[in-house]
Parts: sequence; C-alpha cells; structure tokens
Amino acid sequence: MGVTPQLSKISQQSPSVFDLHSAHKKEGPALLTSIDALVNWARSNSLWPLTFGTSCCAIEVMMAAGAAHHDLARFGAEVARPSPRQADLLVVAGTIVKKMAPRLRTLYDQMAEPKYVIATGACAISGGPFIYDSYSTVRGAHEIIPVDVYVPGCPPRPEAFFYGLLTLQKMIRDGESLRRPGVRKAPVMAALPPGITMEDLRAELIKGAKGATT
Amino acid sequence: MTTPPNDSTQSSAPQSTPADELKAIFLTCLLDSLIALDSGVKVREDSSLMSVKISESALLKVMTLLKQDSRFDFDQLQFHTVLDWPEEQRMECLYLLNSTKKSQELLISVSVSREKPQLPSVSKLWAIAEWQEREVYDMFGITYENHPDLRRIFLDDDWQGFPLRKDYQDEFMLRKPW
Repeated sequence: MGVTPQLSKISQQSPSVFDLHSAHKKEGPALLTSIDALVNWARSNSLWPLTFGTSCCAIEVMMAAGAAHHDLARFGAEVARPSPRQADLLVVAGTIVKKMAPRLRTLYDQMAEPKYVIATGACAISGGPFIYDSYSTVRGAHEIIPVDVYVPGCPPRPEAFFYGLLTLQKMIRDGESLRRPGVRKAPVMAALPPGITMEDLRAELIKGAKGATT
Repeated sequence: MTTPPNDSTQSSAPQSTPADELKAIFLTCLLDSLIALDSGVKVREDSSLMSVKISESALLKVMTLLKQDSRFDFDQLQFHTVLDWPEEQRMECLYLLNSTKKSQELLISVSVSREKPQLPSVSKLWAIAEWQEREVYDMFGITYENHPDLRRIFLDDDWQGFPLRKDYQDEFMLRKPW
C-alpha cells in the first residue's frame, strides 16, 4: 500500500546481480563487490572539500582543522579546492541566509557526482541561535541541499569535525555501489538519542514558535 | 576589629592625565560653539565616549561646523547607526566622528520620531555617509533629504518593511516560544 511504484519495481527485479544492497552486505557477485569496495575505499580516502565558509565555523573547519596541529591530511581531505568542479565534499560551514541560499544551491549543482555534504555547526543544522526573530536566516542547510552528515557544535571543535568526516567515510565505504552512485543511507547525526530523528526535533521547535505567535 | 585603611585603593584613584585635560578643554570649546547653533545641546553623561545630544533641526549646521572648523577637524565619519526605542516612540540616530588631526572622538546623538523619521543627509560632508545612510534606510526606514541615491543596499528591492525595527514581523520570521 505505502510502497511507491519505483520501489515495488525494484523489489520485483530482485534478486538481481546489480542489487543495491548486495555490495554492502558483501553477498553479491564476487567481482562487483570487490570493485565496489575498492572504489569506495578510494573515494572515501580522497574527499576533496570545496572551500566554502560563511561564518565562524569556517575558521574552525577550514583553517583550524586543516592546520598542522590537527592536520586534516591524515584523512586525505586536505586538498581544498576553490572550484566546485574539482571538489566532491561540500562542507556547509556557517550561517546560510536568504541571499546566500541560491549561491549555495548553484555550487552544489556545479559539483560532479559523486558529491557529499557535511553540515557543521548549529546554524547549518537548524538556524541555531538565529532560528527565532530572524528575518533572513535559513533554518538549516537541508532546506537548500541534501545533507549526509550533521556535526553539532557552535562551532564544532576540529575533533568533532573529524568524527563527522570519519562517519561520512564509513557511510561511503558500506553504503554505495558502482551502479548507483550517490544512493546512501539516511542522514545521521552523532549523539542523537535512539528513536528521535532530526525531523522530530525541528518540528518541535517550529511548532513551539507557531504556538507563541497565536 | 577595624580593618586598616587600604592604601592601594587610595593610590589608584583616577588622576587626570594631560590627555584628559586636553579632552576637557576640547569639550568646553566644542559646547561653546554648539550652543550658538542649538540651544538644546546636552552632554550625555551615560556614555564612556565624549558624547552630545543635539536637536534634529540643527543637525546639518552642527555637522558642517564640526567638519569644516579647524578647531575640531572631524574629518572621518566612523559609523552611523540607529537605536530603536518603541516605548518612547522615537529612534536615536548616532554618528561617531573621529578627528585624525586632533585625536578626538565624538558621538553625536539625534532623536527622531518613529512615525515619519526624516533627517538631512550628511553625505556632502563625508562621502562614506552615502552608503551608511542607505544601510540605515534599509534596516530602519529613516529617509534622508538630499541624499543622491536613496535605495535599499542589502535587502531585495521589493522587500516590504524595515527588519531591524523592534516591531518588525513577517511570515518567515518565527517568534520565540518563551
């Protein structure tokens, strides 16, 4: 009943040699699984981030995380690209306002597949300190582009960003297949209580605010 | 038991330095000149800066004097901004002037009504005021007479309302639930 036509079509075709889930379950054809594993390993260890920062998170994520003490190069993500054509990781570091939103969408559209998005900091998750009484702040990067990993903090420490980066690497390693690049598991956020999703939290915040106006 | 008098507090009492004396002389001279232009001029005591309140009608004359008189030489407008006081039905416009030649700073404060806020433009005196007044117009809706190009600077041209006023509300903005 609740299954969309596309999903039911996929389920009728299975078991297929190109089954989406066979790669990460390590049960599919031996050749394709190994190639998937190899490609995913290579992709996950050479994430090239786009240099994109809109506020204070950029100092933490672009500069502190990349500098010698914390050293982003340990995880293969130090090759910051100033052009979206050459980048495959978009780190949304900072507040997104109404005027910036179309530019962010353009940058995301200009990146080549496979592309990944990490939203760092309170502003990119929900609007953060600007969720209420703001005429311009977009409430979360997910309103503009699909987000893979959320990193909480205001701003997050470099260690927290690394945790988010390693989470993304893990998702790439066991989530994707060559046949279906870009199809991944649902967005994750570290340290969210079990049974509670980001949508629940957001709905609660917005509902509370709507009640206050009436 | 009585505690012995603390010598350190007495010795650290503020002593007037030559710079303070110079500032006091400068302020006296300034007030003398301003009273001739605006009888309602007042020194604001609640500010750490040298700060005077003047009336709306005398603004342009006072600013022209401060810019052009060689005793004051306020050659730089550092910023121009506004405080919104909805309970008192007024908006307080602030101009921070700097004199690079005399090494003095002066804060000018002018109150305008919230219903029809209008001020003379000072962009003829300091060119930077042109953009600063556009920003104030954009956020607070103060209109400036004789401004060469008064239109919105940050927000979209078709934006309705002035978002930094305390009572601003639109359908996008959420109110705090507490």
